Amino acid sequence: MLLLIEQFLNGLQFGLLLFLLAAGLTLVFGIMDLVNLAHGSLYMLGAYFAATFTALTGSFLLGVVLALAATLVTGMAVEVIAMRRLYGRDHLDHVLGTFGLILFFNELVRLIWGPAGMNVTLPPWLNRSVEILPGVHYSMYRLSIIIVALLVALFLYLVIMRTRIGMLVRAGASNREMTGALGININLLYTFVFGIGAALAGLAGLMQAAILTAQIGMGENILILAFVVIIIGGIGSIRGSFVASIFVGLVDTMGRAFLPQILKAVLSPAAASTMAPALSSMLIYLLMAVVLIVRPAGLFPAAGR
Amino acid sequence: MADAEAEPLLQIDRLSKRFGGVIASDDVVLDVAAGELHAIIGPNGAGKTTLIGQLTGEIAPNAGRIVLAGQDITALPAWRRSAMGLARSFQITSLFLDFTAQDNVALAVQAHAGHSFRFWRNARTENELRAPAHAALARVGLAARAAQVVANLSHGEHRQLEIAMALATRPRMLLLDEPMAGMGPEESARMVALLRELKQDLTILLVEHDMEAVFALADRISVLVYGRVIATGTPEAIRANEEVRQAYLGDDDGGGDA
Amino acid sequence: MIAALTPRTIAVAVVIAMLALVPVYAHLVGNLFVLSLFTRIVILAIAAVSLNLIMGFGGMVSFGHAAYIGIGGYVVGILAHEGVRSGFVQWPLAILLSAIFALGIGALSLRTRGVYFIMITLAFAQMIYYVAVALDRYGGDDGLTIYRRSQFAGLVDLANKTVFYYVCLALLLGCVYLVWRLVNSRFGLVIQGSRSNDRRMNAIGFPTFRYRLTAFVIAGAICGLSGALLANHTDFISPAMMHWTRSGDLIVMAVLGGMGSVFGPVLGALALLLLEEALPSVIGLFAVLFTGKDMATAREYWQLILGPMLLLIVLFARGGIDGILAGLRRG
Repeated sequence: MLLLIEQFLNGLQFGLLLFLLAAGLTLVFGIMDLVNLAHGSLYMLGAYFAATFTALTGSFLLGVVLALAATLVTGMAVEVIAMRRLYGRDHLDHVLGTFGLILFFNELVRLIWGPAGMNVTLPPWLNRSVEILPGVHYSMYRLSIIIVALLVALFLYLVIMRTRIGMLVRAGASNREMTGALGININLLYTFVFGIGAALAGLAGLMQAAILTAQIGMGENILILAFVVIIIGGIGSIRGSFVASIFVGLVDTMGRAFLPQILKAVLSPAAASTMAPALSSMLIYLLMAVVLIVRPAGLFPAAGR
Repeated sequence: MADAEAEPLLQIDRLSKRFGGVIASDDVVLDVAAGELHAIIGPNGAGKTTLIGQLTGEIAPNAGRIVLAGQDITALPAWRRSAMGLARSFQITSLFLDFTAQDNVALAVQAHAGHSFRFWRNARTENELRAPAHAALARVGLAARAAQVVANLSHGEHRQLEIAMALATRPRMLLLDEPMAGMGPEESARMVALLRELKQDLTILLVEHDMEAVFALADRISVLVYGRVIATGTPEAIRANEEVRQAYLGDDDGGGDA
Repeated sequence: MIAALTPRTIAVAVVIAMLALVPVYAHLVGNLFVLSLFTRIVILAIAAVSLNLIMGFGGMVSFGHAAYIGIGGYVVGILAHEGVRSGFVQWPLAILLSAIFALGIGALSLRTRGVYFIMITLAFAQMIYYVAVALDRYGGDDGLTIYRRSQFAGLVDLANKTVFYYVCLALLLGCVYLVWRLVNSRFGLVIQGSRSNDRRMNAIGFPTFRYRLTAFVIAGAICGLSGALLANHTDFISPAMMHWTRSGDLIVMAVLGGMGSVFGPVLGALALLLLEEALPSVIGLFAVLFTGKDMATAREYWQLILGPMLLLIVLFARGGIDGILAGLRRG
């Protein structure tokens, strides 16, 4: 039972992390119609920045804030230097261009930080467990991730629902004229939105860095999961991303934790132990396949796409 | 021409479509007799495009039926309706821009020449496809431009090509969506002459803004306002209709564009 | 099939001649590494040509095409591991299994378009990758060694590197010819029309889904063959063969070579892999000259150049090498 609660919370936490990534991708896609594969690189940079800044300043919080700022700035720089030239082009061009960026960033990180990963050390006040229910202990750090991510989700919700920019995202608008008609400076908006997307990715990355390590190529694996979230939730839909990411996080985490046992109950021990790891990895994708069969446009598709 | 007693070729039976709060098609009732040229006119925003979309199968109606030659086609996908003899031209030309004009029309022929799971023979050398394509191009007056890449053709030629492609599918009925949009007087006159000729052996449902052309060609006219057909009748009857005048034609020459 | 003498056809002829002479050169110079490199180029060219069938001609940008290399390779590897060494069994099975997977993945993915399609193909390929990693019995992440290459009852000895090279080259040329016929057939025109304007295709009466799915399956099947070849070439299979970056490589090859032609991806494979070999040395040289860093370290950072280079290609040389050659004729 304890294990169930713990795995449930872990799944929730992972799902929220995925949401931060997916939300950033959706924002950029929804407003600029840009497919950004290098989103995962920004996730990775967030992690590395956090590792460096926390070590330099000796303060976790300060390190985190600096890392966020650094990722935001990097994101905006990338937008100005590279992304700008891709707007309005074929999606294949986006894929190729941002694929090139992934290679570039992976190497750059290797150049600056070396091939081995980096760790983020947690301050004592985070690195302990907390009794959330009588007799149930959970990592304080993971709990704070959940809280922070939920706050960010709430903030995003308010922005999407209450602002003109949010209206654009909801309408799935990637139309420069329409954006201009709302009286917003396009270039500034795009740079800013991309920066926010980068910051969200960086936040996810730095939060994850303390649990796993910061590593080269960490962005790509989780990026693909973010894609799965978007496919299940529906492209262009933040709400869809939220629901789908929680769902995916729970299924993946709890699936990996409990599937071996479930299989052992149904199959022979030998078959169970061979199939369990493969099936656990496949679970999310099977889920995606099922959703695609039933609802090709995702669970909550944004209008017009 | 139009046989009043026979079963109409196309029957639109209380077609309704709404997008959120907007009613685009409001209980549309309309029929097209075999052999007639039936025009649909109406101000912008009347729901003409939505109606066409439902007829071709790209938009699913909320209610109502569409019957073609006695068969209910309401649930059929676009390609099926084409196979049944309903051909369309697009208001905003939708062609294969990187191919030649003859490639475009040959594809339309190919669609109705059996299945295309043929993997070996060079389709561009197949006379079975090329000959009808050339015939269709000649009929619309584009024979000389057959080998041109479509992207290099003029707007008027694009519109002619649209008609050629529709013809190449050997249809029973043509659905023409503003074929004269954006054309100058000379090109329009040519198009009217072409339509007059096609009218002799094809049933045509014509959506148009060009009132001169409409009154010159139509056997019957239906007027669409706010998604509803407010009047159907001969050109004279429509011209005289009070409601139509107020809603659309204006008092004088009927240059009705909003 | 009389082709006009244009820069493009000359390039094709030259490249084919060059490829045919590689083993001769290798033996003359005593450099067997060249033979190995070009075998790899030829094998990956087959994969790239198959991808371009659906991508360049069909407009279906599959970011999961390397999965079929993996499937084909694993069929060969697993069968070899279990004692089935006959190529007559392995290779057809590799092709068949790839086709089946392509059918399943395509049936689900092709209901979507554009970026959605790209993401979905990527996701499914990742799934297959993870399954391979989880196959403990067949090496999992570490991969599986193949101790004997596919046997063809004495007809050909694939262990002989020269023979193997010519087998691969023959298969490449065969595939190129097959795809060329496919692309210009009725079927090919439907695929191309669907890329150009799918809405129009449906309007004139084509049920495009079934044709696109068929093309997707054919492409997967051909790529499965290249996987079987690759497994033989490296005497080894591992999930890394189908890592999503390998799919990215295939896309790069197709774009670099020129998506508008059947032979383009061959040029692209040549260009990319030769660049991969040459660029590090060039960079290393510069590094040694200007920064004093040693060659070996400097070479590793060549991806720093490749990345932005891709971006530049996208921006300025979108038609690839073939596009440049086609442009030469006009100029």
